[in-house]
Amino acid sequence: MNKVADNRGWLLVLPVFLLVALSALIPLMTVVNYSVQDIFGPGSAYFVGTDWFTEVLHSERLQDSLIRQFLFSGAVLAIEIPLGIGIALMMPTGGKRASLVLILLAIPLLIPWNVVGTIWQIFARGDIGLFGSALTGLGIDYNYTRNTGDAWFTVLLMDVWHWTPLVALLCYSGLRAIPEAFYQAAEIDRASKWAIFRYIQLPKLQSVLVIAVLLRFMDSFMIYTEPFVLTGGGPGSSTTFLSQTLTTMAIGQFDIGRAAAFSLVYFLIVLAVSWVFFTAITHMDKQK
Amino acid sequence: MKQNTKGKAFGITAYIVILMLPIYWLLNMSFKTTEETLGKMTFFPENFTFANYATIFSDPSWFMGYINSMTYVGMNMVITLVVALPAAYAFSRYKFVGDKHLFFWLLSNRMAPPAVFLLPFFQLYSSIGLFDTHVAVALAHCLFNVPLAVWILEGFISGVPKEYDEMAYIDGYSFPKFFLKIFIPMIRSGIGVAAFFAFMFSWVELLLARTLTSVDAQPIGAIMTRTVSASGIDWGVLAAAGCLTILPGVLVVWFVRNHVATGFALGRV
Repeated sequence: MNKVADNRGWLLVLPVFLLVALSALIPLMTVVNYSVQDIFGPGSAYFVGTDWFTEVLHSERLQDSLIRQFLFSGAVLAIEIPLGIGIALMMPTGGKRASLVLILLAIPLLIPWNVVGTIWQIFARGDIGLFGSALTGLGIDYNYTRNTGDAWFTVLLMDVWHWTPLVALLCYSGLRAIPEAFYQAAEIDRASKWAIFRYIQLPKLQSVLVIAVLLRFMDSFMIYTEPFVLTGGGPGSSTTFLSQTLTTMAIGQFDIGRAAAFSLVYFLIVLAVSWVFFTAITHMDKQK
Repeated sequence: MKQNTKGKAFGITAYIVILMLPIYWLLNMSFKTTEETLGKMTFFPENFTFANYATIFSDPSWFMGYINSMTYVGMNMVITLVVALPAAYAFSRYKFVGDKHLFFWLLSNRMAPPAVFLLPFFQLYSSIGLFDTHVAVALAHCLFNVPLAVWILEGFISGVPKEYDEMAYIDGYSFPKFFLKIFIPMIRSGIGVAAFFAFMFSWVELLLARTLTSVDAQPIGAIMTRTVSASGIDWGVLAAAGCLTILPGVLVVWFVRNHVATGFALGRV
C-alpha cells in the first residue's frame, strides 16, 4: 500500500509511545542501572562497571540453564512445527465441524499457565493420574519427580500439548488462503500428494510458519510457570530454565546486580534471534 | 479420495480426544471427593459431588480471585484497544520519521521475558502507590499486549483500501468522526481478534500478576496455591478451581470462533 508521508502520524502513535515508554523504558533503565552497581542497601551502592557481566557470562549455573533453554526451545520447535502442519492438513475445511475443531483446538491456549502445570501434575502422577498410572501399569518405571529423563519427557509433552494447537491454527488459516483452482490444476497435472504439499501448500504456508516459529521461539524461551508448577525445576536443577534461574536470583535471593546483568544478556539473546525472524516477516510482506 | 477423507477424519478425531483427555481428567477429579481421588482410579466420579465447587463459591477469599483476575483483564483490554487503534492506523497509512524503528521497538517489548521486568516493575509500582491494585497488573500486561495489538490491527487495517478514507474526507467527515463512525465498524473483526489476544495473554499470565499483588488484587492463580497445606493437597478443590479458570476462555473463544483462524495468523493471510 502507498503510504502518505505525514509526520502528524506521530500524534496518533503518541499514546502508545507514552504508555510503553512508562512501562518499558523506565524499568529497562532501572535494570541497566542495577547491572553496573553492587548494591548493599539503600544509599550504599558502588559502581562496579562490567564486573557483573563478566561474572554472569562465566557462571556455570547460568551457562547450564542457557544450554538447557536452547535444548528445550529447539526440541519444542522440532516437534511442534511439523506436528502442527500435519494436524492442519487433517482438519475439516468448512462447516460446523470445522468450527467445533477450531474451538476445541483453542482451549489449551486459553488455560492459565499455572493451571496447565496443575493439569499435567495431576495427569502424569503415578498414583492418581491417568497418564502416569497407565505407564506404570505397562511396567514402565516412570516418575517425573525423581527421574531426570522422565521430567524432561513430561515437560516437553506438556508444552507440545499446550502449544501445538497454536501452530495448527496458524497453518490452518494459511491453507484456507489457497484458491481451489490451484488444487484443480494439480489434479489435471496428476500431481502426487507430496508434490501438492511441496509445491502448492508449503510455499503458501511460509509466511504463517515464520510467525509460528517466531511466537514459539519467544514464548518457549521465556517459559516459567508451567515447569515451575509441574517439576519445580527438578529433579535437582535438570528442568530449571532461564526465567526460573533469573526469578530465583532476583526475587528469591535479592541478588540485584547479578540478576540485572543476567536480565540484559537474556533479553539481548531473545532480541537478536527475534530480529532475524521479524526481518524475514517484513521482507515477505513486501514481496506480496 | 473418499478413503483419504475418512483417514483424515479419524486422525483429527484421535488428536482431539488426546488433546481433551488431560482436561477431562481434571474435570472428572473436580466432581470427586478427595478420598475417592486418592483411593482408586475411576473414569467417572462414583460419589458425584459438588462440594468442591461449593467450597469455592461460598468463600469470598476464593471467588474474589476470579473477580480480581477478570477486573484486571477487562481493564487491560480497554486500555490496549484505546491506545493501539490510532497507532495501528498511523502505522498503516502514514510514513513518518522513525516509524519502522518505533514499530520494531514496540514489538521488541513483546519479546521481553516477563522475568526481566519483574523487579523494576515491583519497585516502580510500589513507589507510585499502585502496588496490589488491578490497574498495576493491567498496565504491566499492556507492555506485552499493546505491541501485539498494534501489529494485529495494522494487518487488518492494511486490508481496508485507502479509498474509503479519501471518500469520507471528500464527504466532509472530520478525522475523529470518520474514525469512530466509519472506520471502527469496518475493522470490527480485527478489533475482536485484538481483544481476544489481549484477553488471552492477560488471563493466562501469572508471574507478573502474582508479583504485583498481595491481597486486594490477588489473581486466582495465586490463590490456588493454598490448596497445598501441611495435611497434603486438597485435590478436589484444586481441580474445581482449575476447571473454573478454563470456563472464561471457552466462552471467549466461542464468541470469536469465526475469526479464530485468521486471527491467529495476526491478520496476515
